[in-house]
Amino acid sequence: MIEFRAVTKRFDDGTVAVDNLDLSVAAGTITVFVGPSGCGKTTSLRMVNRMVEPSSGTILVDGVDVRGVNPAQLRRGIGYVIQQAGLFPHRTVLDNVATVPLLSGWTRRRARARAAELLELVGLPAELGARYPVQLSGGQQQRVGVARALAADPPVLLMDEPFSAVDPVVREGLQDELLRLQAELDKTIVFVTHDIDEAVKVGERVAVFRQGGRLVQYAGPDELLARPADDFVSSFVGRDRGYRRLSFVDGGGIEPAEVPTTRETALATAERAPDAWTLVLDEEDRPRGWLPPRSGPAEEAPGGGVRPGGSLYTRGTPLRGALDAALSSPSGLGVVVDEDGRYAGAVSAEEVLAAIRRRRDEAGAGAGGAA
Amino acid sequence: MLDDLSRYLGSESTRQLIVDQLVQHVELALLPLVVGVALAIPLGWLAQRHPLLRTSLLGVANVVYTVPSLAFFVVIPGVIGTQILAPVNVIAALSVYTAALLVRPVVDALDAVPGHVIAAATAMGYRPLRRFLAVELPLAVPVLTAGVRVASVSNISLASVGALLGIGGLGALFTSGFQTSYLPPIIVGIVLVLALALVVDLVLVGLRRLLTPWARAGGAR
Ligand SMILES: Nc1ncnc2c1ncn2[C@@H]1O[C@H](COP(=O)(O)OP(=O)(O)OP(=O)(O)O)[C@@H](O)[C@H]1O
Ligand SMILES: [Mg+2]
Repeated sequence: MIEFRAVTKRFDDGTVAVDNLDLSVAAGTITVFVGPSGCGKTTSLRMVNRMVEPSSGTILVDGVDVRGVNPAQLRRGIGYVIQQAGLFPHRTVLDNVATVPLLSGWTRRRARARAAELLELVGLPAELGARYPVQLSGGQQQRVGVARALAADPPVLLMDEPFSAVDPVVREGLQDELLRLQAELDKTIVFVTHDIDEAVKVGERVAVFRQGGRLVQYAGPDELLARPADDFVSSFVGRDRGYRRLSFVDGGGIEPAEVPTTRETALATAERAPDAWTLVLDEEDRPRGWLPPRSGPAEEAPGGGVRPGGSLYTRGTPLRGALDAALSSPSGLGVVVDEDGRYAGAVSAEEVLAAIRRRRDEAGAGAGGAA
Repeated sequence: MLDDLSRYLGSESTRQLIVDQLVQHVELALLPLVVGVALAIPLGWLAQRHPLLRTSLLGVANVVYTVPSLAFFVVIPGVIGTQILAPVNVIAALSVYTAALLVRPVVDALDAVPGHVIAAATAMGYRPLRRFLAVELPLAVPVLTAGVRVASVSNISLASVGALLGIGGLGALFTSGFQTSYLPPIIVGIVLVLALALVVDLVLVGLRRLLTPWARAGGAR
């Protein structure tokens, strides 16, 4: 268990990074600190392992005041995963993972054996152990960072935006992995992020901080979404949740419109609308590109007047795809296709945004009930 | 000309003399290199940790490096209380030069170690000294060797000046050649100085490769 008792951190330049924080993190749970940049999340985390000393107040880990413990000793018993992984570039992956056991006086052989176990635990093939960190992908590096923090089997794990440097797909995989690991290991984890989606996904308890280092709400994720303590929390939670919903919400709310079309094979004789873009389709009705308004085939090389189209939006998939299609299209109209890739209509970015807005309003109204 | 050279090198005693001068030159040039590196690393470490020390140390280093070497050789005996003709003067002076030359590369190299790597090391439970030796210094090696290579060439050439003070080294071949207007020793001296610089440089490059297998991994650096 980790307890913050009336902890304040004021830096030399007068910045108050953490303001009178009272909070206790239950043993064996994942607690998330979330909040905008500069709200004191990292500072709070680093006071636990004494990388930052509080100006006032007390921090207890398992009932022991951390100030009474030698910092280096304390840190070897607290795993720390840093943003960007912070791996040692000059050491192999295996030796990176073996760092803390070696510092704690294990023999090299035993430390490496332990490191190999951990690579397996975090789902990395053993061959990677011989590589240097630059030879790994971002996601693999993060896993190594987690393995390194777990190497000496510390009861407490501090994770500072551990997954923020990887792309969203990899990040989700890493989050799932963390939850799986935690089910197995039962550590006391403090997890820092500024992403509310990540917070509600991995956190059993979520502490929302605001600028000036003030804790505004500390609750389970359900309660946080259902009953934000104040406007700050609801805007913080609401805003990002809207984006998240965008990836889940299907495109039922948009009505694709008809646009002028022509066959690829009939380009030479095609009739074009004078002031609208014409969509070019192949024999199977699949979109091939766009003809600009008033571009006569006689003035162009064969097929030369056709502009490549943007991404296609498949009906029924998340709305985000419709927005991408509209924004990437030369005509400003996103092409909607059916499941077989056949032309079904087109939408403008404005229509997509309007649909998103409608969905968000519905979501906002339904949030209390849904959560 | 070639006749002159082969006649000159034909004498057993001359060859012995040349070897002696070469050995002495190596000593005059490379001992300071080692001492200078050993001085520059802790100085760079201090400079890098304290902003005030940084400005003053780097300032002093710059000034020292601009003092003409000859003046240095003459002043040093007064400072450390040795005879003006002792080889140790040259060694001391060149050590100071090397250190002055290397402080900045050390500071730059340490500056270039990413902050998150250092923070990670601290969070793992490294104490500052061990962290420096195990993490920061190894990561500084590539930049540091670049500086050491410059210093080694500079030392090998500056060590020739010792001959003007009557201290041995390959410079003695130049002085004797000039005094007698006899070319062969000068040619031999030049060739040996160049060869020495080249060999030492190759050794340094090899050393760097040995110390930084990680820098070649992934072709990222
Ligand atoms: N060493 C320092 N000296 C002075 N001010 C600092 C120092 N470290 C952090 N701060 C300030 O304290 C505040 C909190 O910083 P902290 O790094 O804890 O924020 P954070 O919530 O982790 O932000 P981020 O999401 O950007 O990482 C910020 O205003 C920051 O500028
Ligand atoms: Mg932070």
